[in-house]
Amino acid sequence: MAKELLKGNVAIAEAAIRAGCEAYFGYPITPQTELLEHMSKRMPELGRTFLQAESEVAAVNMVYGAASAGVRVMTSSSSPGISLMQEGLSYIAGSEVPAVFVDVMRGGPGLGNIQPSQSDYNQVTKTAGHGDYHPIVLAPSTIQEAIDLMVLSFDLADKYRTIVFMVLDGAIGQMMEPAELPPMRELPTERPSWALTGKGNRDKNIVTSIRLGAQPLADFNDILQEKLAVIEKNELRYDELYTDDAELVIVAYGTAARVAHTAVKRLREENIPVGLFRPISLWPFPYQRLGELADRVPTFLSVEMNAGQMIHDVREAVGRDVELDFFGRPGGIIPLPEEVEDKVRAMWRQQELAAQIN
Amino acid sequence: METSIIIAGFGGQGVLFAGQLLTYAGMDQGRHVTWIPSYGPEMRGGTANCTVIISDDEIGAPTVARPDVAVALNLPSFEKYEPLVKPGGVLIVNKSLISEQSERTDIAIVEVRANRIAKEFGSVKMANMAALGALLAKRPLFSLDDLLQTLHDHLPKRKHNLLEANKLVLQHGYEVGMETAVPA
Repeated sequence: MAKELLKGNVAIAEAAIRAGCEAYFGYPITPQTELLEHMSKRMPELGRTFLQAESEVAAVNMVYGAASAGVRVMTSSSSPGISLMQEGLSYIAGSEVPAVFVDVMRGGPGLGNIQPSQSDYNQVTKTAGHGDYHPIVLAPSTIQEAIDLMVLSFDLADKYRTIVFMVLDGAIGQMMEPAELPPMRELPTERPSWALTGKGNRDKNIVTSIRLGAQPLADFNDILQEKLAVIEKNELRYDELYTDDAELVIVAYGTAARVAHTAVKRLREENIPVGLFRPISLWPFPYQRLGELADRVPTFLSVEMNAGQMIHDVREAVGRDVELDFFGRPGGIIPLPEEVEDKVRAMWRQQELAAQIN
Repeated sequence: METSIIIAGFGGQGVLFAGQLLTYAGMDQGRHVTWIPSYGPEMRGGTANCTVIISDDEIGAPTVARPDVAVALNLPSFEKYEPLVKPGGVLIVNKSLISEQSERTDIAIVEVRANRIAKEFGSVKMANMAALGALLAKRPLFSLDDLLQTLHDHLPKRKHNLLEANKLVLQHGYEVGMETAVPA
């Protein structure tokens, strides 16, 4: 298939459809509404389910219901809408059913604004609801990558019977870039063996998140943690630019990584040995690879479109013996490459100065 | 080589479409391209703008502090972007709606009566095309013929009756651009 000029939100919706999404439940919210709009047009055309719920709370519970029936299902929203979905998310996690969520993040807290932001890092990576679990969280930085990760999201959700979040900021949702969509997949003809499909002659299936006894719930948590450990081992994704000889490494994802990419290229022209480490899976977070870099690289900079959320994971990865600084713009402002360049130049001067003194 | 272009005006002046047309043309020429709109609440009745980047290499940041080229279709856009155009850059001014004059001498400025040209050929809605024609004259990102081909290839068939008029407006804008002297 040839490359087309695609808007992020539309590309994601179409990729989900081609990946075999059978049902979509959602509620409009800027800056992701084009995703829902595309679904509203395409899903009925294909004889699949599109339903605009009365709220995000209703939407997430519809997702829970469809997922329990073994249907490939998704929803999408933006930050305040994801906040509303927390209870349902936790129930889905506690029931171990696969479900895909797209969060096109906007500025917070509160209703905040509709501008691009990475305000939900903590909300989605740490648990996305009460209880001990993590969704898989994937963060694209281009529209092509958003398409590819959307397809992967459904596969990972099915494989691990888990929640997969794809998170992007409003900029990637709203921008257009040439990208190639995947071919249309056949829909499954059978439901998974655990799904609630009507008992018939088989043994009964139970999908629930309630385990009233302390020991049964503790046992379930053990099983869940074992599964998360497998995901942590198998599903790490990241990208690196000029880290081989870098003496200062920027850590950034999504649009912040694109901004950092521009800054790194310009700084390299000034012979400043800077590199870029871009986590693609935010959970599991690539602690180990960053830790390896920290054995050699003395200085790191976390660049985020918030007041500093991922930086805590970066600190855990690189340890206390290296310098770690932060540059970020909260409130829905996309940082400029020039601002990142100024920050890196200042850090690099310090680093050179320190080297001279030593 | 990377060129950043901001196109700005009132909602309804075809700002976003003009940007998309440049983006499609860049893509059709095999270049890397990005298009990003402003999508704030100011879009309703206020100003709209989009940023287009056309590059030989992979594009990082999709937004810029200072563009290489700015197209101002109304006065608020002129006031906002005229000071920001990079030295050596290009500013296209819609003279039909902007009576103010830039005092900058470090950029190429084309004043084009975009609304009047567009009206002459049928509809004021094509003012954006007059401005794009002027832009290509001063910054030949691709030829006018390439842009016309792109317009033909990506405009929905049901709108193909508008192709000829758009072509004439683009050509007229291009001529105005070619006739405008660049400051030394």
